[in-house]
Amino acid sequence: MIVLAAINWHSFFFLFFALVACAAAMGVLFSSNVVRMAAYLILSLASTAGLFFLAGAEFVGAMQIMIYVGGTLVLLIFGVMLTAQATFVSMKTRAGEWVVAGVVGGTLFFLLAQAALSVDQWRTPRTDQAELAAIESKTSAPLGLGLIGVRVDKLHQADERLKQGMSGYVLPFEIISVHLLVVLVGAAYLARTKKRMTDVKAEGGRKV
Amino acid sequence: MNPLTSPVGVSHYLLVGAVLFVTGVVCMATKRNTLGILMGIELVLNGANVNFVAFGSSYLRESSLGLDGQFFALFVIVLAAAEAAVALAIALNFYNNHATIDVDQADELKG
Repeated sequence: MIVLAAINWHSFFFLFFALVACAAAMGVLFSSNVVRMAAYLILSLASTAGLFFLAGAEFVGAMQIMIYVGGTLVLLIFGVMLTAQATFVSMKTRAGEWVVAGVVGGTLFFLLAQAALSVDQWRTPRTDQAELAAIESKTSAPLGLGLIGVRVDKLHQADERLKQGMSGYVLPFEIISVHLLVVLVGAAYLARTKKRMTDVKAEGGRKV
Repeated sequence: MNPLTSPVGVSHYLLVGAVLFVTGVVCMATKRNTLGILMGIELVLNGANVNFVAFGSSYLRESSLGLDGQFFALFVIVLAAAEAAVALAIALNFYNNHATIDVDQADELKG
């Protein structure tokens, strides 16, 4: 039996969140009811946010909960509700498709797991996580400054070749802002009720 | 090696990311419901995000990417939200016009 004091709580919570995330992802895959799939997806994404917290990416974890779980999934659930007719709530997949997808998925997982375990540097974890947590800054200021082009987290870069990559992310930030605006306009245009189209269809129907 | 007492490394995160990615890919391949396919895409993006954050985390290995991993994870989250909005608008439009959300029925452009 493990002594309670010997437990590495970082690993314990990692194991918990990882198991919940993977089990819920499996739930999304294997349940044929679309409402249940949405519920499992919420669980999976929320426990992934827990994994982000454990990796020291608190801001990304918070954004994961706010944007993904609070925004994207609410949108998806609205989609489920708007299209939830009895015939579409649960659609069965044919057995042959399961076999092909299982073979492809199994091969892909084997490949990815092989790659994940193949590098020694990735397999050797740090042992001084508690000391590091005490000295690491816990603000999102470096992230915000990086988005406007100042990398306070990389003020000293010894490698001359990497110095070029020290600049921040102003351009991706601008592009993503414009992209979001365009996408919102496009989504509103696509999803608006088309009164005119149905009128035209009705007139066409009368002529025939 | 006891998983409860030994510290967590990048490989552990990569394995979780691999499971999420593969379930997402299989989900995209097997679901016939448009929204099911969308959920598969979300899972795939989320698996990639786990990898980005793991490589950028200084808690998991000595020489990490630094904040770049978190930047990319943020960009992926925002792009996923945008993609979900457009894809949902298209799915609703398809549902309004064809009264179905089975992707197998969307074969009008087939040559």
